[in-house]
Amino acid sequence: MASQESSGGKWNRKWKLTNSILQVIDISKNFPGVKALDKVSLTLSPGETLAVIGENGAGKSTLMKILAGEQQPDSGTILLDGAAVQIDSVRTAAEKGIALIHQELNLAENLDIAANIFLGHEARQMGVLLNRQSMNVETEELLKRIGLDRSPKMVVESLSPGEKQMVEIAKALRSDARILIMDEPSSSLSQHETDRLYELIADLKQHGVSVIYISHRLGEVSRVADRVVALRDGKNAGELPKEGITHGAMVKLMVGRELGEIFPARVHEGEKPMLEVRDFEVAGGRPVSFAVRAGEIVGLAGLVGAGRTELVRGLFGVDPVRCGEIRIDGKPVQVRSPKDAIRSGIALVPEDRKLQGLILEMAVRENLTMAGLDHYETALLIDRKKERESCKGIVEKYGIRTPSLDQQVQYLSGGNQQKVVLAKWLSLSPKVLLLDEPTRGVDVGAKQEIYRLIEQLADQGVATLMISSEMQEILGMSDRILVMWNRGLAGELSRAEATEEAVMFLATGKEAA
Amino acid sequence: MNRVRGILVLLIAVIVFSSVINPQFLLAYNLQNILRWTGLFGILSIGAGLVIITGGIDLSIGSVVGIAGTTMAMWVGATGMSPGIAFLLAIGLSVGIGFAQGLLITKLRLQPFIVTLCGLLILRGVSRYVTGDATQGFGSKHLWLRNLASESPISIPIPGIGPIAIPWPFILLIILAIIAGIFLNRSVYGRHLLALGRNEEATRISGVNTQAIIIATYVISATLAGFGGILFALDINSVQPSGHGEFYELYAIAAAVLGGCSLRGGEGTILGMVIGTAIIRVLYNAINVLGIATQLEYAVIGAVILLGVIADELVRRMGARRAAKRVEAQ
Repeated sequence: MASQESSGGKWNRKWKLTNSILQVIDISKNFPGVKALDKVSLTLSPGETLAVIGENGAGKSTLMKILAGEQQPDSGTILLDGAAVQIDSVRTAAEKGIALIHQELNLAENLDIAANIFLGHEARQMGVLLNRQSMNVETEELLKRIGLDRSPKMVVESLSPGEKQMVEIAKALRSDARILIMDEPSSSLSQHETDRLYELIADLKQHGVSVIYISHRLGEVSRVADRVVALRDGKNAGELPKEGITHGAMVKLMVGRELGEIFPARVHEGEKPMLEVRDFEVAGGRPVSFAVRAGEIVGLAGLVGAGRTELVRGLFGVDPVRCGEIRIDGKPVQVRSPKDAIRSGIALVPEDRKLQGLILEMAVRENLTMAGLDHYETALLIDRKKERESCKGIVEKYGIRTPSLDQQVQYLSGGNQQKVVLAKWLSLSPKVLLLDEPTRGVDVGAKQEIYRLIEQLADQGVATLMISSEMQEILGMSDRILVMWNRGLAGELSRAEATEEAVMFLATGKEAA
Repeated sequence: MNRVRGILVLLIAVIVFSSVINPQFLLAYNLQNILRWTGLFGILSIGAGLVIITGGIDLSIGSVVGIAGTTMAMWVGATGMSPGIAFLLAIGLSVGIGFAQGLLITKLRLQPFIVTLCGLLILRGVSRYVTGDATQGFGSKHLWLRNLASESPISIPIPGIGPIAIPWPFILLIILAIIAGIFLNRSVYGRHLLALGRNEEATRISGVNTQAIIIATYVISATLAGFGGILFALDINSVQPSGHGEFYELYAIAAAVLGGCSLRGGEGTILGMVIGTAIIRVLYNAINVLGIATQLEYAVIGAVILLGVIADELVRRMGARRAAKRVEAQ
């Protein structure tokens, strides 16, 4: 870097003109079946906190992985201090002062804090032996600087999620990071821990460290960011200066259209309770009781860890249930396994389509019929002609875009994969539909299609219980919202009562009061 | 099917190579021998392959071969039990072993590697103890039964070589392979088996009783091992409790992997397992016929399997890239 500073006028002028520590110019990246980034550009000034916002699948994480050397762009340029650089590995990124703190923390849980902070850069004595003494001393200083009051010898496993996050930050500071990238840093933090994170970011700013802050919690963004860059479908969608950061402006940039256009306008009028749940208690949860009427879409809101996924998994018989009663269409049913649930007319679109919803290496056809394969059985064998015919119809009906029925689902786009999951369950004509984050990681277009689909089903009398962490989705889709907090129900909101504030108030329980 | 074609090419290459170097390889007697051994080992490979498709592994196959072979020979030879009853008992024992291992793997969630490794050790010890480590045999009785392992009921004339007698074990293998192939590719259970090998959680959420299928697979593997063990015992008529079937699980696993089964689970074909077995048997034979130092036996087989698996992996990656491009073009 010194060479550039001394290399005279031209460089200096340019550097001062842009005053940027980092410039990303026209970066593109393709994955099988997905254009993750399409000519994305951004700049970052020293000491600036830049928020990168965008919906799931907008390309935020890919961009950050490229900056951190975990992935290579297909084309485009990265300038550090005005000079083009190749960030070809995590090690290169670290040498150049870039550190990425992952959404899923990357710590070796069985090791202590000092060992994690020095992982791969251990201090040695006599060439091969660990120098624990010096590592512990240095770790203690780092922990003091970030305000984490723990011994360096403490095993990471026993720390809270927030503390683990702090350890990650300390790890980045150890390597003298000048650019710190935080991917959804607050997603697992308590309010108190989040506050401390903000203090830390302010402190880093004082020391000239630049922060790229990725979040889709817009409230937080307006608190910490000096500037906002929005991505949409892998492209730059716009920028907001500090004074322009408002909730509405950010949503408009992220979504690209007004909310009213996305969510179907519908009026629900069903009276017959289709799903009734009484004193239902999953392992580690509190008893809950509620009902969903035929044709009703009930949103299940709450923070991560509130127990929403556990509740629907319990209802579907995936995980063992402690006690409780389920009635479908007035009749009590026993659900001890997903098989029982399917027989009772329940369907579950699970949280993680890649891990729970699909068998990625199998064909579209095989995935579509997985939950109801016995319908195609004749004389102990699968009637392949019947299966194929039926799948042809399903693919057409749900608008799944695939080159053929035999295509492995892993090569489809996120939206089409999700449509395969939905179609797999909906082709069983369920009476009760449990949706766990039905639009996670799909683009806006596919989202809209999925919303229309859910609406159509409700019109046909299906009772729908939908978990979503996207506030707009919950507010836009639900006839009624149940809010969970601390593994139990915190309250219920009618469509008229439902506002972002009201949901958050219930979702944060007593912490908000 | 692409992958099966690949290893079929490998099999033919090894055969052509061997017969060019030494035409004696093509003698009817030699080919019959290869068929017989392919039949015996192939029965084990099918069981090993099905377990590998669940994402597990069965290391106990060799010891099940041992215990089924020794007890059958002991009951018939030493205690004079009727062969039919002894057969049913030995198969029943194998079923029980597979069931117990399956229960431990699914209900107690123990790792298949550990459970079947313990099975390997325990069963070998039991075989040696109950027989007092004494060699067992059927004597000269029950010749018709022993013919089941050594005789050839039909013979096929091949121009240039002469008539080749097809031994019973190979015919049994073909019958079992056809049943297993239909089970794996055409039945609901087979589909579920392939699915759970890829992603057990997603399969379970689809309403499949995945544990039952996994248990059934270990039962099938042990049963085939027991059946194979009885055939091996009948064939040699001199069963050593300490050595009967030792290391056979490794041949079975190697054949299944060579035949396209991935240890990651969810992948494999019955035809591949059979061809994989044939390649290993042909190699064995070729080493003898070609006069390669027998000390190199293991080294040659290991090297060929390694090459086969590397080639397979490369082809798979190319296929994945092509599939990705196809979707993009859409």
